[in-house]
Amino acid sequence: MFTKMIPELGHFALIIALLMSAIQAVVPLAGAATRRPLWMAYARPMAVGQFAFLVVAYGCLTFSYMVDDFSVANVANNSNSMLPWYYKFSAVWGNHEGSVLLWSLMLAAWTFAVSVFSRNLPRDVLARVLGVMGLVSLGFLAFVLITSNPFERLLPNAPTDGADLNPLLQDFGLIIHPPMLYMGYVGFSVVFAFAIAALLGGRLDAAWARWARPWTNIAWSFLTVGIALGSWWAYYELGWGGWWFWDPVENASLLPWLAGTALIHSLAVTEKRGSFKSWTVLLAISTFSLSLLGTFLVRSGVLTSVHAFANDPSRGLFILALLGLTVGASLLLFALRAPRVSHQIGFSWLSRDALLLINNIVLVIITVTVLLGTVYPLLLDALNLGKISVGPPYFNALFVPLTVILCLFMGIGPLARWKRSDLGWLIRRTWLSGVVALVLAAVIPFIYDGEWNLQVSLGLAIALWIVLPMLRDLFDKSRHRHGRMAGLRRLSPAYWGMVLGHLGVAVSIIGVAVVSNYAIERNVRMAVGDSVQVAGYTFTMTELGSRRGPNFVADTARIKVQKGESQSHFVMSPEKRLYIARGMPMTDVALRPGLFRDLYLAMGEDLGDGSWAMRVQYKPFIRWLWLGALLMALGGVLAVADRRYRRTATATKVTGHSAGQGEQGAGANFQEART
Amino acid sequence: MNAKRKQKLYIILALVGLAAVAVGLALFALRSNINLFFSPIQIAEGKAPIERQIRAGGMVREGSVERDLDSLDVSFTVTDYIEDVEVRYSGILPDLFREGQGVVVVGSLQPEGWIRADQVLARHDENYMPPEVAEALEASGYSPADYKEKAEEVSKRVEDNAASTQN
Repeated sequence: MFTKMIPELGHFALIIALLMSAIQAVVPLAGAATRRPLWMAYARPMAVGQFAFLVVAYGCLTFSYMVDDFSVANVANNSNSMLPWYYKFSAVWGNHEGSVLLWSLMLAAWTFAVSVFSRNLPRDVLARVLGVMGLVSLGFLAFVLITSNPFERLLPNAPTDGADLNPLLQDFGLIIHPPMLYMGYVGFSVVFAFAIAALLGGRLDAAWARWARPWTNIAWSFLTVGIALGSWWAYYELGWGGWWFWDPVENASLLPWLAGTALIHSLAVTEKRGSFKSWTVLLAISTFSLSLLGTFLVRSGVLTSVHAFANDPSRGLFILALLGLTVGASLLLFALRAPRVSHQIGFSWLSRDALLLINNIVLVIITVTVLLGTVYPLLLDALNLGKISVGPPYFNALFVPLTVILCLFMGIGPLARWKRSDLGWLIRRTWLSGVVALVLAAVIPFIYDGEWNLQVSLGLAIALWIVLPMLRDLFDKSRHRHGRMAGLRRLSPAYWGMVLGHLGVAVSIIGVAVVSNYAIERNVRMAVGDSVQVAGYTFTMTELGSRRGPNFVADTARIKVQKGESQSHFVMSPEKRLYIARGMPMTDVALRPGLFRDLYLAMGEDLGDGSWAMRVQYKPFIRWLWLGALLMALGGVLAVADRRYRRTATATKVTGHSAGQGEQGAGANFQEART
Repeated sequence: MNAKRKQKLYIILALVGLAAVAVGLALFALRSNINLFFSPIQIAEGKAPIERQIRAGGMVREGSVERDLDSLDVSFTVTDYIEDVEVRYSGILPDLFREGQGVVVVGSLQPEGWIRADQVLARHDENYMPPEVAEALEASGYSPADYKEKAEEVSKRVEDNAASTQN
């Protein structure tokens, strides 16, 4: 009998969490404004309590899924008794209500983490940061309770079985992709809260940047992994073999990533040099706003895609209001208070400062162009000016050249010194790398393919241009009287993080350039006994059959694959599944992954006369795309391990005029990396 | 003007210049990459441009899907139950493509009046109707209930046929 009450308990816990978030939002902020320690002290216990009650609420919903409690509308609509347990577990966030609850839970988890790991923050800063996060949380919990309550019941007429989870979402990729992405989206709320706290408190110095940086890096790393997982999921689950479609939903996740990438670089300048302050704050606000925009686009139902579960206009309106309020209020605050925190520090046109400024400008331009292509059709539609769509050519035409420009500066950025660099010195250090990059990039396509390919050469050239000067730099910096290894060990984790992150960009670029130009895609008609040759592999259909899975029936094919003339072979088995509960067909791709090439087989459609339309694809270097993203994410995490972020106790004493401090800190760090 | 101010001025000028160039490029790229949507009625009225990429959509007319026996060429008729337009496509149709249901094709209208499709998009799940198609059908006097009924009728018939051929 007790288990019947579980959804009510969850509902109740959710309400308590909402009330706690309200207290967390109001009391500490008021306390910080009026300098009352007792009020400020409310922040931490409320953050802990809110997290605990959200864990209870989320646990209750998961429990209802696990025990097939179809009296809960959310479970009835998105689960089925035939579903394997792990998909029941992930089905919780495979729908609108559950995913917004997950969003809120993660926000609470980040808040909890801030309250635990920022014990050394000054009391008023912590109160403001947690207060702002409480405000955001309040908005989202209200959204859950008012428009998207996952605990709604179907009583007394509970259905005997559920409608099943959308088959596209019954996949390992879905178990991890959304939580990763959400961790990234929501994680940017921390730096947002730090930015708002700095504006409210009127204090923004190098110490501030040092507090905010680790959080930003971690959130950015999560988002990077989340986007890569989404691309990987689309690749093998949609059955086309595409890895990026410039779909508005994908763009929605790319936008905060681009702004976040600009932000982590601009934070570096703010920490090391004490400049770019108001710019950094503006970026922090923009990044989180774009995360919210992404949530709005995906969750409001303005876009039709696998991600858009909700079609209730009141929900869209609520998120839009939330978005408008957040953006409006924070920009207003920025306009009022930014002049107070800004501080001018000069730098030469040839310096790391200037190069990072260029990085930021280019990244912002890329963000704006992607935003324009994504939102323009929606705006026209909302204003009744016609229905249009903006295709991939638009995005490619802008994204590719802008990325090339970005990478040109990325090659020299890590070498340049803060404040002022010597042109002759820079040229001496990079000319060889440049020449080698160009020569290799020109030659490799010949060796690989027998003919020259401009796009591949361009991709290779910029990838090498990123890597080679960095290797040279690494070589110079690892010089040590106790030998190279000792020298390498002396380099700081922050430096290694940068190296890995940039290396990841280069690896991804190589992947994109090669797979876009050398992929072979053949759609063929095949019957048993037919064979087809693609990229030196012979694919022979040996068998067509059918089988029954736990909640689907499937047509199956067995394809024998031989490489060249060799006698050894392996078998690939693609399937075409029909999920019974929804009567929905699905393509189950057969993949033969490899570091240098993937073989990709998918069953298209039954052509009736015993033959099937088959997709046969050869995808060279596609794994490099996601491998690069993983390297980037790893770099972001590694940079956080740097010693200086653990010295927060001393950092808290840094107040007031920060320029000197920033420069000193930069000098010290600089030597740490150079010697 | 002191040096810092001057630098700030240059930064702002550079920003404005770059932003202008970027917006210009973006608008130019947008202009040539916008795909407008047309319903079969609009195509019959001659409103759609010839040999330029467009999006068109409606219902797939029942019984209109014809497959070539040796290749992957396929043709079908898209209708809003007032006007028809023929679509030819070479390749694999999406999993959820079915007669009597909504579809959007991306392709170019040929002078002879048929569409050469580069891409065929079907719904994502059983409840999804492309919004453009829903609107186009409403404009031609069909309410969502009409085509839902029709779609159910057709899928029932298709399933019955499949069942009877199997037995």
